[in-house]
Amino acid sequence: MDFLRPASWAEALAVKAERPDAVPIAGGTDVMVELNFDHRRPPALLDLTRVAELAEWSERDGRVRLGAGVPYARIIAELGDRLPGLATAARTVGSPQIRNRGTVGGNLGAASPAGDAHPVLLATDAVVEVASTRGVRTVPAAEFYRGVKRNALEPDELIAAVHLDVARGPQQFAKVGTRNAMVIAVCAFGLALHPDRRRVGTGIGSAAPTPVRAPAAEDFLSAELTDAGLWASRRPLPDAVRRRFGELVAEAASPIDDVRGSAAYRRHALAVLARRTLGWAWDEYREGGWSACA
Amino acid sequence: MTQRTSPERGVREPTTTAAAAATAVTGGIGDSARRPDGTLKVRGEFAYSSDLWHEDMLWGATLRSPHPYARILSVDLTEALRTPGVHAVLTHEDVPGENIYGLEHADQPVLAVDVVRYQGEPVAVVAADHPETAQRAAKRIRVEYEPLEPVTDMVAAARGEGPPLHPDGNVVRHLRIRKGDAEATADVMVVGEYEVGMQDQAFLGPESGLAVPAEDGGVDLYVATQWLHVDQRQVARALGLPLAKVRLTLAGVGGAFGGREDLSMQVHACMLALRTGRPVKMVYNRQESFFGHVHRHPAKIYYEHGATRDGDLVYVRAKIYLDGGAYASSTTAVVANAATLGVGPYTVDNVAIDCWGVYTNNPPCGAMRGFGAVQAAFGYESQMDELARRLGVDPVELRIRNAIAEGDTMPTGQLVDSAAPVAELLRRVKNLPLPPAVRTEPVDVRELPGGVSNTTHGEGVVRGVGYGVGIKNVCFSEGFDDYSTARLRLQVIGGEATALIHTAAAEIGQGLVTIKQQIVRSELGVERVTVQPMDTSVGNGGSTSASRQTYMTGGAVRQVCHTVRERVLRMAGRRVGRAPDGLALAGGKVVDARGEVVADLAEVLGDEAVEATEVYRHRPTHRVDPERGQGNAHVQYAFAAHRAVVDVDVELGLVRVVQLDCAQDVGRAVNPQAVLGQIHGGSAQGLGLAVMEEIQVVDGRVRNPSFTDYLIPTILDMPPMTVDVLELADPHAPYGLRGVGEPPTISSTPAIVAAIRAATGRALNRVPVRPEHITGT
Ligand SMILES: Cc1cc2nc3c(=O)[nH]c(=O)nc-3n(C[C@H](O)[C@H](O)[C@H](O)COP(=O)(O)OP(=O)(O)OC[C@H]3O[C@@H](n4cnc5c(N)ncnc54)[C@H](O)[C@@H]3O)c2cc1C
Repeated sequence: MDFLRPASWAEALAVKAERPDAVPIAGGTDVMVELNFDHRRPPALLDLTRVAELAEWSERDGRVRLGAGVPYARIIAELGDRLPGLATAARTVGSPQIRNRGTVGGNLGAASPAGDAHPVLLATDAVVEVASTRGVRTVPAAEFYRGVKRNALEPDELIAAVHLDVARGPQQFAKVGTRNAMVIAVCAFGLALHPDRRRVGTGIGSAAPTPVRAPAAEDFLSAELTDAGLWASRRPLPDAVRRRFGELVAEAASPIDDVRGSAAYRRHALAVLARRTLGWAWDEYREGGWSACA
Repeated sequence: MTQRTSPERGVREPTTTAAAAATAVTGGIGDSARRPDGTLKVRGEFAYSSDLWHEDMLWGATLRSPHPYARILSVDLTEALRTPGVHAVLTHEDVPGENIYGLEHADQPVLAVDVVRYQGEPVAVVAADHPETAQRAAKRIRVEYEPLEPVTDMVAAARGEGPPLHPDGNVVRHLRIRKGDAEATADVMVVGEYEVGMQDQAFLGPESGLAVPAEDGGVDLYVATQWLHVDQRQVARALGLPLAKVRLTLAGVGGAFGGREDLSMQVHACMLALRTGRPVKMVYNRQESFFGHVHRHPAKIYYEHGATRDGDLVYVRAKIYLDGGAYASSTTAVVANAATLGVGPYTVDNVAIDCWGVYTNNPPCGAMRGFGAVQAAFGYESQMDELARRLGVDPVELRIRNAIAEGDTMPTGQLVDSAAPVAELLRRVKNLPLPPAVRTEPVDVRELPGGVSNTTHGEGVVRGVGYGVGIKNVCFSEGFDDYSTARLRLQVIGGEATALIHTAAAEIGQGLVTIKQQIVRSELGVERVTVQPMDTSVGNGGSTSASRQTYMTGGAVRQVCHTVRERVLRMAGRRVGRAPDGLALAGGKVVDARGEVVADLAEVLGDEAVEATEVYRHRPTHRVDPERGQGNAHVQYAFAAHRAVVDVDVELGLVRVVQLDCAQDVGRAVNPQAVLGQIHGGSAQGLGLAVMEEIQVVDGRVRNPSFTDYLIPTILDMPPMTVDVLELADPHAPYGLRGVGEPPTISSTPAIVAAIRAATGRALNRVPVRPEHITGT
């Protein structure tokens, strides 16, 4: 097995163009597990940890460009205010060791339906920046997941960064696991309120072949909030609305029975998570701090 | 973890021997002496068996059956042998001796012949110059199987249904316990059906060892095991070598919990080493480890409890089924424990228990901490709670009312002839302070069910409290010739009297190395005690299981200390011209009855080394009779009680154990810190069984052989514990001590499930409790 160690982004792209069979490795928290379990025997590894640009983030015009190689621990420490949803998801990932190594780029590269970043990336309309020697293109998160552990990357492409708006409303993330830490999601839910656009974003994890949004739930809730003037009045949300939202989220999932849980339980739990996270997000919105429109 | 209570708070009645031994020495009996290997382990520098290394060594790999039950039609080694770097590919035809082994019954082939009986059964082994090469070559072995319909239902197997997997049928053992009136009737009757899932020991150091061929045609095996001599016997038989040519040395053991009592890679590595003439190392990875050792027997249990309206137990009837999987392993002993301890720590006049241990094509099950007793306790403690509910009485009061005590008899007719403070333990856990009922805002999500996963900020959270108490036999039972051996050498090294203590008893993390040092220090009054490597050049130390090593090897060390002390005092007496009777050893000196120094120990020893070997046996036990299961089967009983406080998110079915407190009688806390460590660890393992740990098996296949999906508790799942340790001396045991390791594993599971029931109102008759069981979805 060749171990390729480019020192710059340009070099990394050149190497990937030349060796499309080389498997990128960032934190290695997915790749090394696959190698240890002998699920994968790549002819080459492309180590991205020496590419300094990947481990940087920047903010411009209300948008954050998050380098693919920024580990979860730094997202929690440095971006909790700008990207509260992603930071909440990051806090639930693995253990401190995993959060020190693991990256959102790696989560996207693995494209597991259970990846914890995905529900938030979907809910916040994040955009993935991918690059090759042929150029740069952007893919909305919702179009990035293409199947169980498959993503939209071409063989010569690498993930450069993820672009997200600095939060303009409350964001939430919750996941169910059968242990109180260090657990893979049985199901997960991400929620973002966008008062500026009078929209609501959602993302469901571990309850379909890919991470998915719940469009009907988003439309329903956006309409309820707008039609009843709730964005402006900030009145409490009727219970019926929260409940219906939960049901619609559960309906958007297509879960299966597996070792981690049953399909029926996943649906049930998603409804609960959706209802609760909406309650927390709405309470936060009502308490102020977030402006009603842009 | 913290504990409020130290052993000193408990009742202490030191035996005369213990008092005599209490010479002024630091690091002696009763001190929390430091482990000799503690610093290395904490710093990550301790060499575990997987770290073994030898110049020139080869790596072994194992080809295992993908089928739970299949005929082997053909095995083609051609491609594997052709792989560059491969030195040997061996099958059952290459087993030099008898291709059969087993702890209690020899029924398991070293390498499968004609048929495989479980998924993961070894079929062939490979040695190569690189572990990757060995793995790849193993995959190139072509085995043609004819899959057969697996036997997977333990109850059907007990009834004799399905094809026999072994010559004598599928019932490994059926044990009947009968006491009193079989027809007894009662005012109130509670019937329950319970199920226990397959728990794994989940030790962190995977199976590993190194076999080095020797010039005499024998082999030296360095291995992580629980019992060197029983391995030696089985390995020698399979290799067709005399015992003297199979020498075992204990390598660093990374946990065991019963899972290393059976052989794993021992014979395979030796076969490969003898064939290639090169040292061979084998290390399982995590996934292979799940197939490489036995697990806890899953159980199906049917109980019927009858009681008077006042809450006195009138009768207990039970049918207990234990799935032993493809090979017997410890199944007979597991059956014995489940049956003889099947009513729990209660007095009942009328008992009828039938317990079956069976063969199926599920993964083989054998020893795991508290075996037999763990499964039964989930059943009988659930029954006690249900009975209390039906009678409208407090569950602790009901237990206390029926609690067994010293002087009572067990359903086997055996007299409980030392302390059995069951009622006292229950009262103590009940009286410990409860956590505040209402949390003060803001709540840290880590303190709520779901923990860091942020599933609730208090919504749906209901608190519950539950109790459990259990009973366990200590040491080997049923007439087994159970003993341990210790060799001691006392000599002057560097001007200081130094003791070298040598046993074959396996240190598996529990701290026996420290215990041995403490006993020698106290008995001989010397500070410097060197623990020699554990190996088979000294006599059998018996198994590190059944909570027995402090009792048994501790007993042997004490005995050999007495022999050496006697000789040294005679030498001293001669030297100073006094009768040895009035002399004693303390602080590196020989002292008289008044404590006056009469000689320096180092001077008395001079150039001489005083050496002795002693064998210690506990009092004899007996097999129970086959008709009514009567007899003195056990050496000693041990008890622990738990109170669990849980917060349950009743909407999501997630649980957080808020408090898990324990009271346990240990007879004598030889090392108080180690005692607490055992109680913390055992309680955590019981917590794992209560809420998360299960090897999921469907149609004989394991669905979750990894730590990704076989979950064990983390620090956020296990609360800090308050532990109340009692020291009520057992006059039959060395220093009055009582085995510690297993009891806390037994009672913590039912206590936690009882607490979840209290919070949810659900019946919950299966462990581990899964979220679906709570939400009903
Ligand atoms: C003990 C443990 C616990 C875990 N717990 C969680 C958890 O709770 N939640 C969760 O979501 N995940 C969890 N994971 C999985 C893993 O940590 C995450 O998926 C993490 O985000 C992976 O990031 P990484 O940088 O380590 O990826 P790597 O392992 O380096 O790579 C993962 C994949 O992404 C590809 N890749 C990486 N960087 C790029 C790039 N720049 N361009 C193109 N492809 C790229 C790699 O080729 C590979 O296919 C856990 C893993 C372990 C070992």
